[in-house]
Amino acid sequence: MTNHWIDIRNSDCILIMGSNAAENHPISFKYVTEAQQKGAKLISVDPRFTRTSSKADIYGGLRSGSDIAVLGGMIKYILENKLYNKEYVANYTNAPFLVNRSYKFKNGKFSGFDQSKKKYDKKKWGFKTDSKGVPSLDRSLRDKNTVFAHLKKHYSRYNLKKVSEISGVSKSKLLEIYKTYAATGKKGKAGTIMYAMGWTQHTVGTQNIRCMAMIQLLLGNMGVAGGGVNALRGESNVQGSTDHCLLWHIWPGYLKTPRASNTNLTKYNKKWTPVSHDSLSANWWGNTPKYSVSFLKSMFGEKAKKSNEFGYNWLPKVDDGKPYSWLDLFDEMYKGKMDGFFAWGQNPTCSGANAGKTRDAIEKLDWMVNVNIFDNETGSFWRGPGKDPSKIKTEVFMLPAAVSIEKEGSITNSGRWMQWRYQGPKPLGNSKPDGDIILELGQKIKSLYKKDGVFKEPIVNMKWDYETHGEFDAHKVAKEINGYFTKDVKVKGKLCKKGTLVPSFAWLQADGSTSSGNWLYCNSYTEKGNMAARRSKKDSENKIGLYPEFSWCWPVNRRIIYNRASVDLKGQPWDKKHWVVKFDGKVKDGKYVSKKWSGDVPDGGWYPMQNPDGTKRKDSKHPFIMRKHGHAQIFGPGKADGPFPEHYEPIESPLRKNPMSKQYNNPVAAVFNTDADKYAKPGSKFDIVCSTYRVTEHWQTGVMTRPQDLLMELQPQVFVELSEELAKIKKIKNGERVVVGSIRASLECTAVVTKRLKPFKIAGKTVHQAGLPWHYGWRWPDFAETGNVIEESSNLLTPSAGDPNTRIPETKAFMVSISKK
Amino acid sequence: MTKSFFIDTTLCTACRGCQVACKQWQGLPAEKTVNKGSYENPPDLSGNTYKVVRMSEKERNGKLKWFFFPEQCRHCIEAPCLETAEDSSAIYKDKTGAIIFTKKTKDLVADDIISACPYNVPRVAKNGILTKCNMCVDRVHNGLKPACVKTCPTGAMQFGDRSTIVSKANKSLAKLKRKSSKAQLIDQKDLNVIYLVEDNPKYYFKNAIASYKYEGITRQMAIRKIFRPLTNIIKAVERIG
Repeated sequence: MTNHWIDIRNSDCILIMGSNAAENHPISFKYVTEAQQKGAKLISVDPRFTRTSSKADIYGGLRSGSDIAVLGGMIKYILENKLYNKEYVANYTNAPFLVNRSYKFKNGKFSGFDQSKKKYDKKKWGFKTDSKGVPSLDRSLRDKNTVFAHLKKHYSRYNLKKVSEISGVSKSKLLEIYKTYAATGKKGKAGTIMYAMGWTQHTVGTQNIRCMAMIQLLLGNMGVAGGGVNALRGESNVQGSTDHCLLWHIWPGYLKTPRASNTNLTKYNKKWTPVSHDSLSANWWGNTPKYSVSFLKSMFGEKAKKSNEFGYNWLPKVDDGKPYSWLDLFDEMYKGKMDGFFAWGQNPTCSGANAGKTRDAIEKLDWMVNVNIFDNETGSFWRGPGKDPSKIKTEVFMLPAAVSIEKEGSITNSGRWMQWRYQGPKPLGNSKPDGDIILELGQKIKSLYKKDGVFKEPIVNMKWDYETHGEFDAHKVAKEINGYFTKDVKVKGKLCKKGTLVPSFAWLQADGSTSSGNWLYCNSYTEKGNMAARRSKKDSENKIGLYPEFSWCWPVNRRIIYNRASVDLKGQPWDKKHWVVKFDGKVKDGKYVSKKWSGDVPDGGWYPMQNPDGTKRKDSKHPFIMRKHGHAQIFGPGKADGPFPEHYEPIESPLRKNPMSKQYNNPVAAVFNTDADKYAKPGSKFDIVCSTYRVTEHWQTGVMTRPQDLLMELQPQVFVELSEELAKIKKIKNGERVVVGSIRASLECTAVVTKRLKPFKIAGKTVHQAGLPWHYGWRWPDFAETGNVIEESSNLLTPSAGDPNTRIPETKAFMVSISKK
Repeated sequence: MTKSFFIDTTLCTACRGCQVACKQWQGLPAEKTVNKGSYENPPDLSGNTYKVVRMSEKERNGKLKWFFFPEQCRHCIEAPCLETAEDSSAIYKDKTGAIIFTKKTKDLVADDIISACPYNVPRVAKNGILTKCNMCVDRVHNGLKPACVKTCPTGAMQFGDRSTIVSKANKSLAKLKRKSSKAQLIDQKDLNVIYLVEDNPKYYFKNAIASYKYEGITRQMAIRKIFRPLTNIIKAVERIG
C-alpha cells in the first residue's frame, strides 16, 4: 500500500476491483464502512457479485481478464472530459516528457519486438533528452510527442462500445463507474483502489496495476489522504517478506540481485545505480552503493572489507536474462534438474498453479524438508491421490514449526507498518519458532563447511551471531536489520560510536563504516529503542489517522508515501481538510526563508518547488524521489511488455480473436512447454471462463483452517459457482456434485447455482463465467473419516502461464468445462 | 438496566465472525455440514447453533441484492416463551432483559415453547434442554459485550443500554429512509434485538418478522395463555407463510 488501512476512511470514492475486501480482508471493511457513512461512494467491479458487491453503490460485472479494457476506457473518459488535475499531471508526472520517435505501437505490439526471442528491446521506448541527459519536456502538454499525447492516442481506441464488447459490462454501467470515480480528479477529492490477486494473477497482472496507477496520477490521487494504490496483501506479513527479499530478483530493500555479468562490486553498483543530471531530481536510488555495501557488511561483519569488495562475490548471482521465479523453479524441478527443496511455511501442491505438475515435480527430488505447523498435502504428497509410495524416491523431512503467537518478532502489514509482537504461549512439543530452526540450520551448515566445504568462504564468513542463551533472539536480528556503525565515525558533524545503531538510512555509508540488513528498515530499531513496539494512540496534528507513534512504518515512519505530491507547487495541500503534509516555512517578500514541513514525514524535506510569489526555487526537488527523473511514470519504459498497458486476451480465452488488436495474447507472457503444460484453445470443450478465489471462512490452501471444525462447519466443501442460466443448459441442480474440468485435470465439487453470476455478452456471443475457491486439499479433513469424499485443490485446474514481469501465474482467468457427475 | 442489540443489516458483510464467536464463547461444537448450494451453514438453528447468518439473493427493480440477516433470539420485552412456560426456574428474564433458558426447560413441553415463539428460535438439544442465545449474560454481567458484538468488524452489531440503542437505531433508520423508503426497524417496540432492514423483512428471511402479524393476531393476544390452543393455528400460519 502507498497509504495504509486506516486511511481508507479518508476516501471519497473507493474502487474495489481485483479484490474482494469484505470477504478476504474483512477488517478492512471497517474503514470502508466508515468512509461510506461519511458519504463516500463504493464501486465493486468483479466477475461475481460478492459480499463486497452487496455493500457497493455501484456494481459492474466484468469477464475475468478484461480489466485493462475497463481501465483503459476510464483513461479515455478522464482525458476527453478533462477531469484530470492538470497542475499535478504537468508538474509531477512524466506526461510532459518527449518520447523518442523510435517508440511506436502498431497492431497490438510496441516497437522493438523480437519474434524469435519473444522479447522487447526496451531501448526503443526512451525519452528525448538534452545535451546533459535531462529529459526534454513540454509542460503545456501540447507537443505531439509528449507522453500525454501518446497516452491520448493509445487509449482513443478504448471506446465504450469496444470496452463493453470485451468486458461484458454494459455501456451505461461503464459510464456510471467512470463518472463516479473520475469525480475524484477534482482538487481536494480523493479516490482509492483496493486490489489484490484478482489483478496480479494474470498474464497482464503488472499492467493491470500500472493502468490504475496511471489513473490515480491523472486524477492527482497519489500521495493524498484517501488515495493511493493499495495492494491488500494475502497474509499478514507478505509485505515484510517482500521487503526482506523473499523474491529471487531482489536483495533486501529492493536492491537488485547481482547478475552473472556484474562480476565485481564496482560493476554491480554502476549497473544498478541510476544517474540523473537534473539538479532538481533527488534520484534517491543514486544512494544504491551505500545500501549495498551496508547490506554486505551486515551479511559478513568483520570479514567484509574494502580489499575483498565487502564479500560481494560470496553472494550468489543469477544468470543474465534467466528467471528463477515460482513457475520456473517448479518447471526445473519437473525436468529433474533439482535435488532438494525446502517447503517452508507453504503448501505448493495446493497453492501453486497447475498443482498436478508440482506434485509430479516433487517426485523427482532426492529430498524435501517440509517446515509447517501441520502436515499438509506437500509433506504427504507421496501418499496423495494417484501416488504409489513404493515408486517415490523423495525423502521427506518434517520440521514442526511454532505458530505465530508462540514466537516473538515483527510482522509488516499491507500498510508497511512494522509491528512488534510478543510471545504468548510457549511452542508445543518439539515445535520451534522459524528463527530457531534457521539459526540451528545455519550453525550446522557452517560447522560442516568448516570441516570440508567446497568454496567455503560465503558460509564460513557469514555473520551468524543471533542467539542469546542458546536461543534465537529476534531483537538481535531486528537491530541487525536496522544497522550499526562499524567504527567511530563523524557524520554530519556528529560523532557516531562503533556498535551504536544507525539513526536512519540518511546516515548509511558506502565505505564499510555502517551495516544495515535492509536500508528501508534503517530507523526501525535505534538507540531510542524498538520503534515497532510503540503503541501510542495519539494521532498527528492533521487528524487523518496516521497515528505516527503506533508501531513504525517504512520508510522513516512515512505513513503515506509520495506525500509531497499531496501539495501544490508552493507546498500547500490540494485537500485543506484531509491534508497530509504542508509547508509552514516563514515568508519574506513573497519568498520562503525558512524550512518547515508539518504533518506526515515528508518525502524529503526540501523547500517546495515554488515560492508563494510563484518564482521557482533551485533548492527544491521533484516529489517522486524514487524515480530517476523525479516524476511519476505515466509512460513506463521499464516493463517487459510495454510502456502503456494494453488489453490482451488471457492465455486461455473464449474468443478466437482479440477484439482490441491483431495481437491475441501478451506476446511476452511466460509460458512453459513440458508435457504437463497444456493450454486450452478457443473452440474446445473448455468454453467457460473461470477464476479462483478465496472465501472469508478459509485461509490460503486451508492448512490452518481446514483442521478447524468451526470453520469447516461454515464452508465444508469445495464448490463451483455458476449462473442459473448455465445451470439450466447443463441441467445442473443447486447443491449437486459436479465435475469441473480443464485441459490439465478435473475436480469434483458442489454446484452453487446463483443469481450472483450472469452470462456475459462478449464480442456478440454469450460467454459463461464460473468460479472456484482454492482452499481445499485431500489431506484435511481426513478423508478416511468423511466417507472417502475428497475435497481437492482447484489449482489442479489452473494453468502454468504467467506475467512477464513478475511471473505470477494466471489463475484468475482460464477455461473450464462443467458437467454433471 | 435493560440492554438491547442493534443489528444494522445494511452494514453486515456476512463474514460470520459472529457465528464463530458465539460457538467459541458458548463452547458449542461444530455441526457436520455439507454444502447444499449456498454459503449459508449450518442449515438451521439447533441445540448446538444459536446464531445463523441468513443469506438471500433477490432481484429488486433490476438490481441484485444479497441480503444478510444474522438470526438469533430477539429477547422479547414481553416474551411469549416465558409466558407460556409459566415457570421462572425454567425460563426467566434476567435484569439485562435477556430471556434465559435453564436446564429445567427439559421439563417443559418443547413444542409449546417453540410454537409460542413468533420467530421460531428455540431448539431442543440432544439432552432435551431447550436452547437459544442467552445474550452472553455471563459476559454482560462482567461489563463485556456479547461475543458476537465484540467480533463484528463493521459495526453491524451493536449493544448497550436500551435507550442509547433505540436512539442509535432511530438515527440510522432516518438516514436509511432517505435512500430506501421501505427501510424499517423490525418489531422495534417489542424486542431487545432491533434489526434495521432496507426492504421487506420477508426478503431477508422467512422468520425475520413476527409471523402472526400478517394474520391480524397481535402479540398481546398471542402471549396470553388462554390463547395457548391457538399455537396450533399459529403453526399452521407459519407453514403457509
